[in-house]
Amino acid sequence: MKYVAFFILGLAFWLLITFRITVPNVIAGSAASLICTLIFARYYFSSVGKLVDPRRWFWFLVYLFVFIWSCIKANFDVAYRVLHPKMPIKPGIVKIKTVLKSEFAKMLLANSITMTPGTLTVDIIGDDLYIHWIYIRSQDPEVYTKMITGAFERYIKKFVE
Amino acid sequence: MAALIVISIGVLFNLFGCIGLLRLPDVYNRLQAATKCVTLGCCSILLGVLIHFGITDAGIKALIAIPLLFFSATVAAHALVRGTYHFGVKMSDKSVKDDYKEAVK
Repeated sequence: MKYVAFFILGLAFWLLITFRITVPNVIAGSAASLICTLIFARYYFSSVGKLVDPRRWFWFLVYLFVFIWSCIKANFDVAYRVLHPKMPIKPGIVKIKTVLKSEFAKMLLANSITMTPGTLTVDIIGDDLYIHWIYIRSQDPEVYTKMITGAFERYIKKFVE
Repeated sequence: MAALIVISIGVLFNLFGCIGLLRLPDVYNRLQAATKCVTLGCCSILLGVLIHFGITDAGIKALIAIPLLFFSATVAAHALVRGTYHFGVKMSDKSVKDDYKEAVK
């Protein structure tokens, strides 16, 4: 079943990229996504039921809005630090703990953290994320864990796990 | 007109990213500026392309490039910064904390 889902997604992606529905194009796309399915499908989709669940899509959209908003904030943050004559930076690497369990969720969390203001994921070891932070605002692990993961962890937990 | 404004914003953010690349003290901080500003700048430019062309093949391709750019930029930044740390590049004097040192040993 997950092979079928992966094949359909691959074919849809191909058709969007080429944006032309003709018979040779669909055949070429089917062949390409079949090859990709055989190689990669076993790594994705622990269950297809999650993929078609509308509640998860709703939380995904909420997450997307939060993510885009924090991206825009991140840009103004970097612009402020760069253009300020004194450059207010206080960088360092901090360790935070995540409650997310699956690999995919951790990957999404790490990517979200990279795009949020002032933080950059350096490494993931087990449940610990190592974050390079451009301006360390607190020395208390609980406070900065909440500051960095913030809303993302909650929403990712809702739509992935 | 809207396309022009969005593309101008994108170019401006790319400029900020480049200024950050020059001014910030070490590799880690420079990567922060390079990743965030340049990614969103490029996304703005692609969005401008989408607005300019509308729902045609070029516009849809620009739209699809946005999530791909997001994922590849974040993963590349992670790989670069991790590789830099393992290679032994020191953090700048302004750094106040380093939890990763114990994990690398």
